[in-house]
Amino acid sequence: MAEAILEVRGLRKSFGALAATDGVNLDLREGETHAIIGPNGAGKTTLISQLAGNLRPDGGSIFFAGEDVTRLSAPQRAQRGFARSFQITSVYRDFSALDNVALAVQAHAGHSFRFWRPARAERALRDPARAVLEEVGLAARAGVLAANLAHGEQRQLEVAMALATRPRLLLLDEPVAGMGQEESQRMVRFLAGLKGRRSILLVEHDMDAVFTLADRISVLVYGRIIASGAPAEVRANPEVRRAYLGEEA
Amino acid sequence: MNARVVVLAAGVALLAGVPLAATLAGQPYYIDLIRRVMVFAIAAASLNLILGYGGLVSFGHAAYLGVGGYAVGIFAFYGVHNGWLQWSVAIAASALVALVIGAISVRTRGIYFIMITLAFTQMLYFLAVSLEEYGGDDGMRLKVKSQFSGLIDLDNPVAFYYLVLVLLLGVVYLVHRLVNSRFGLVLRAAKSNEARSRAVGFSPYAYRLVAFVIAGAICGLAGALLANHTAYIAPAFMEWTRSGEIMFMVILGGMGTAPGPALGAFALLLVEDLLAGWTQHWQVILGPLLIMSVLFFRRGLAGLLPRGGDDG
Amino acid sequence: MNLILVFEQLLNGVQFGVMLFLMAAGLTLVFGIMNLVNLAHGSLYMVGAYLMVAAAQWTGSYLAGVALGLLGTLGVGMLTEVIALRTLYERDHLDQVLATFGLILFFNELVAIVWGRTALYTSLPAWLQGHLEIIPGSIYPVYRAVVIGVGLAVGAALWYVVARTRLGMLIRAGASNRTMVAALGVNIRLLYTVVFGFGAALAGLAGLMAGPIYAVQPGMGELILIQVFVVIVIGGIGSIRGALVGALVVGIVDTLGRAFLKPLLGHFISPPAAEAAGPALASMLIYLLMAVVLAVRPEGLFPAKSG
Repeated sequence: MAEAILEVRGLRKSFGALAATDGVNLDLREGETHAIIGPNGAGKTTLISQLAGNLRPDGGSIFFAGEDVTRLSAPQRAQRGFARSFQITSVYRDFSALDNVALAVQAHAGHSFRFWRPARAERALRDPARAVLEEVGLAARAGVLAANLAHGEQRQLEVAMALATRPRLLLLDEPVAGMGQEESQRMVRFLAGLKGRRSILLVEHDMDAVFTLADRISVLVYGRIIASGAPAEVRANPEVRRAYLGEEA
Repeated sequence: MNARVVVLAAGVALLAGVPLAATLAGQPYYIDLIRRVMVFAIAAASLNLILGYGGLVSFGHAAYLGVGGYAVGIFAFYGVHNGWLQWSVAIAASALVALVIGAISVRTRGIYFIMITLAFTQMLYFLAVSLEEYGGDDGMRLKVKSQFSGLIDLDNPVAFYYLVLVLLLGVVYLVHRLVNSRFGLVLRAAKSNEARSRAVGFSPYAYRLVAFVIAGAICGLAGALLANHTAYIAPAFMEWTRSGEIMFMVILGGMGTAPGPALGAFALLLVEDLLAGWTQHWQVILGPLLIMSVLFFRRGLAGLLPRGGDDG
Repeated sequence: MNLILVFEQLLNGVQFGVMLFLMAAGLTLVFGIMNLVNLAHGSLYMVGAYLMVAAAQWTGSYLAGVALGLLGTLGVGMLTEVIALRTLYERDHLDQVLATFGLILFFNELVAIVWGRTALYTSLPAWLQGHLEIIPGSIYPVYRAVVIGVGLAVGAALWYVVARTRLGMLIRAGASNRTMVAALGVNIRLLYTVVFGFGAALAGLAGLMAGPIYAVQPGMGELILIQVFVVIVIGGIGSIRGALVGALVVGIVDTLGRAFLKPLLGHFISPPAAEAAGPALASMLIYLLMAVVLAVRPEGLFPAKSG
């Protein structure tokens, strides 16, 4: 039985009278790809922020590989093997693609209080970075400034940076957001290639991507998980249909 | 050969040639003037590290000119003229002050950071003013310059000039190595995208604090140089307008570039010198000039140079 | 220690605090609504003082001086906003700091050109001179008491406008969501100019009240501005309440410190040491206070919910 790499228990977060996260229970098994879906306003962003360490929950706990990380900051979680990609592309725009990934590698390659040697000359950082760029298909664009990459390429870079940290858990926040048909398919194929080798928590709107990639799907509505299980189950669940399609299920 | 390197090398050669040219032309005043510019270029280079590359809008950098200057002055006041000692203390004391101020301020961001750094420098200014023993508001003269066991005589204007030039080049090179090292990349990355840096596993605070301390220490050296240059130390070293001037040097020269601080120091101080020659009310002209430079000339002078490597 | 003396210095502290409050309120309004760091706020304070002195001398009437000073500062403020500051709203804080720094140099020198560098002094009309006996045995200058009164009244009015009127509602809405307010058809440009004028008037008021008490000279604005920064950092940016609390705290601590720290120290350390350390420490007191507040609550005591 696969270990639960991520366990969320009774997570709660309210903004004034609004309960954005209302007692969420969730788990992610090692090697699993678990998708979280839900209509707009369900509270996905709030949930992600709490998982990533950007927002303090009001209650509940988050366990990462058995350790209680609820009170840990984002960098602290990242150091423990937690990697995320952002829904709205968040890369280092004034650095090259290779620099971007190398920085992610650097964050996990010993300390960075080295003041003299040029980091760009360090094989130990550049080589793995190049390898990851190769993996996601951006090798040819390594020297291009991130700001000059196409939107789809920037999304790829996001994922590359997450992978470069050699994470134990990948939190992907709408990886194909804003991508065209062909680009999305390429990204989905790539992510499918990661299945089994990585533990992925995937938040997505794109149903094709979700049903291709997910081993398990959880549906978030108004801050609560109303259904969780294998894709076929969830697809057939009447409550889920109601939540998405309204009264006419 | 890279066009940019050629231009910069030419600049250094020009600087090196100033004493000779000035002496031949019978205008030794220029040795003093350019030397003063170079001292401020060192201060600007130190601010460039945290502002240009680190994105920390410190409006209190002149504090370290004061700490460094007073270190020299106070030692001299008590008859200790050993330059090695004075300057080491100038640097160490500035680093310490930067550590204390930085530990409190670097945790804050945005407008708070600007206000806090300004406030702390003002505090040091008032402290200096209240030290009646060392001249209070008027400050004190430096009767004997820092002595370096016969290696160099700071009373010799040309020798002093070349010392400052060498130190300037050293500081620029040091900053260049720093900003391209692992440490520097994290600092720059945190400026470029803080959320991304945290997500990847970096905690910017420690890096920013260390950068703040290094910048303070280098500026302390500039303070020691300034004290020797003007043969005078006064609270005015730390006047808040001074901090603003140094900031402008960094911006005018081009933030986050290697030649920027020197270019900015030259531009600002030479313009000031020029305007002051025309009218005693030169600030009424400088003010609007500065405003316009911010509105229309943001890239700075370094942006006019031929393109070079990654960090500029 | 003479209790009456303490009481008087306390009142002085409140009076200073009230002036800091007027400045801080203006600065925090402008920052909160327009996201503009305006270092030249101190210049408006200075302009208020100068215009009042000049107008009072010209017309021979103190009240005319006050009125003209206030209107004049309002005018200068709005003019500055239209000419120099409009483009800064979209720029980052660094640009705003630098540009308004340039404005400071300009205003300081302009004032020096017109009125010279030596401090101007102004005399008070008879009805503002003299003393009040607030508690038996104390004599407190009428003028300072009036300053306190006016400051508190303005504070109350400000609170009323922001919390209870439509304009205030727009201001609060604008602070939390600019684009939304603009989308609702409100003339944002006009709103900004009005708010800035408001802030300028507050600074001008503080300046013209300061005239008779402090020296009117170029650079006076920056001296108080930096103290206003301390107020804002302690009180928390964006909130009027924070500005008031912060201002009173800073005003009282600073005034009492300057008055009593030296004699107080003299009880614990030798008189010559107290002689030297007293004034030094007193001038550093509010900054040390700021450091302590920051260490404990980095966002200040009453930070407004940021928009």
